[in-house]
Amino acid sequence: MANLDDLYREIILDHYRSPRNRGELPPPAHHVEGFNPLCGDEIVVYVLIDDGVLVDIKLTGHGCSISQASSSLMSGAVKGKTLEQVRDTIATFKQLMTVHEGQLGEPAVATSPDADLRRLGELAALAGVVKFPVRIKCATLAWNTLAQALDETST
Amino acid sequence: MQRVINDRPITYLDSGASSLTPRSVIEAMDRYYQHHHANVHRGVYQTANEATAVYEGARARTARFLNAPGGSEEIVFTKNATEAFNLLARSWGAAFLSPGDVVLVSEMEHHANIVPWFQLRESHGVEVRFIPVDDDFRLDISRIDELMRGVKLVSVTGMSNVLGTINPIHDLAEMAHAHGALIAVDGAQSVAHSSTDVVALDVDFLAFSAHKMLGPTGLGVLWARQEILSSMPPFLGGGGMIKDVSVNGFTATTGPSRFEAGTPPIAETAGLAAALTYLEGLGMDNIAAYEKELTGDALTRLALEFNGRVRVIGPSDTLDRGGVISLDVEGVHPHDVAQVLDQFGVCVRPGHHCAKPLMKRFGLAATARASYGPYSLVSDTDVLLEALTHAVTMFG
Repeated sequence: MANLDDLYREIILDHYRSPRNRGELPPPAHHVEGFNPLCGDEIVVYVLIDDGVLVDIKLTGHGCSISQASSSLMSGAVKGKTLEQVRDTIATFKQLMTVHEGQLGEPAVATSPDADLRRLGELAALAGVVKFPVRIKCATLAWNTLAQALDETST
Repeated sequence: MQRVINDRPITYLDSGASSLTPRSVIEAMDRYYQHHHANVHRGVYQTANEATAVYEGARARTARFLNAPGGSEEIVFTKNATEAFNLLARSWGAAFLSPGDVVLVSEMEHHANIVPWFQLRESHGVEVRFIPVDDDFRLDISRIDELMRGVKLVSVTGMSNVLGTINPIHDLAEMAHAHGALIAVDGAQSVAHSSTDVVALDVDFLAFSAHKMLGPTGLGVLWARQEILSSMPPFLGGGGMIKDVSVNGFTATTGPSRFEAGTPPIAETAGLAAALTYLEGLGMDNIAAYEKELTGDALTRLALEFNGRVRVIGPSDTLDRGGVISLDVEGVHPHDVAQVLDQFGVCVRPGHHCAKPLMKRFGLAATARASYGPYSLVSDTDVLLEALTHAVTMFG
């Protein structure tokens, strides 16, 4: 049985109550809006990129504890990193959020090996989300929006 | 439905999304598949005749439930209430509305009664206008004469799927007709919870879904006055809706079949007929009174127990109000509320409830909605409050 404590880890509740890197960045920072049409959550990701480095990142918007904590944790994990490192972190996180197709009623199985969990540091607190498949979209909203922002700035 | 989830029996408070199914409904569908299965309106053999009798019998049963003056001839079976509205817009709307004609809906409509009209705006240039919702969660009809200018159709919900507000349909029908307009009603939330008499309401169209009134999924109904329905062009084309087809073209048949191309849901109509019998066995007025009691009890306790931390998005008393209770829990996102409630076996619906204009009106992204049915119990509210207390504490 998926336990509620797996989802609402203390670190997640902490990031939900006191989100990091909230706010906006003025131009030349680039910003992208992300929506979760199912639950109405909205997020705006601001990125300031200089010489291949994600110099600064800020976030606004509203959403559930999972989407807010995930975006807050994400901002801490990618700020100051090279774009290559950022893309790598995005890929690793999205892998963590991938489940095998399971039979109805069977628990979803995370595909991520333990090594990836260690590399993710604090982000690993979100690993429990895969046990609640409908919440995966909440956790990945900020990450997909960040990926889109990187794509748009690299062209 | 008897299941244990997270070591708790299910507390089903999502009847607004889909109601639970009585055994008699499941048995009626089972009987069709085991004893009468055949396509309708085709074969001459025994079971084909029986299948047709099941299907047409359900049509007559539905007409009687609504007190439809023209009987079976006024009942079109669709896939759901959404398809019924699309049929109305694509057939009646496209045929009888001209650029600049106004369709008047309300801010509390479900997307099913908004988007088809926006689509008609794109294809036929009609105007879509909204009756505002006031701070007491009621339709604001103070400026109705102004709003009615150029209106050809008023299309409003009988009961809001978010607020629980029951709208004054008879008054709106009077206003619409006085301005030479017709009126369509979204009955998806209302038909299962109180009696619906289309003659007494004096309406022209009514759309609803079987699965929100103890029936099966995959079946909806569009009721329309016979003289209007017979003037409407066909909707989907195919088998069953034609009088004649040649290499040069087709002639559409008359009556409801005109709008029912292809093999319809047949077992589902048997299920709907059984659901209507079940509802009428309980008595629609009894259901309305019982659910009013449940709703009143829940509203009172929600107001008392949470010191204002749980706000009801909807009328605070049971006057012209049904058993749909949308909650806004201070500091806790509806998705998280619903997740914690699930741990207690409580089924509620988080989200915008396909009513985004209404959500924007009240500055909300979403609510957590508990909705009652005729089988709901006061003990369901007990569990809801226990779980809500836990959610408030956890995120507090």
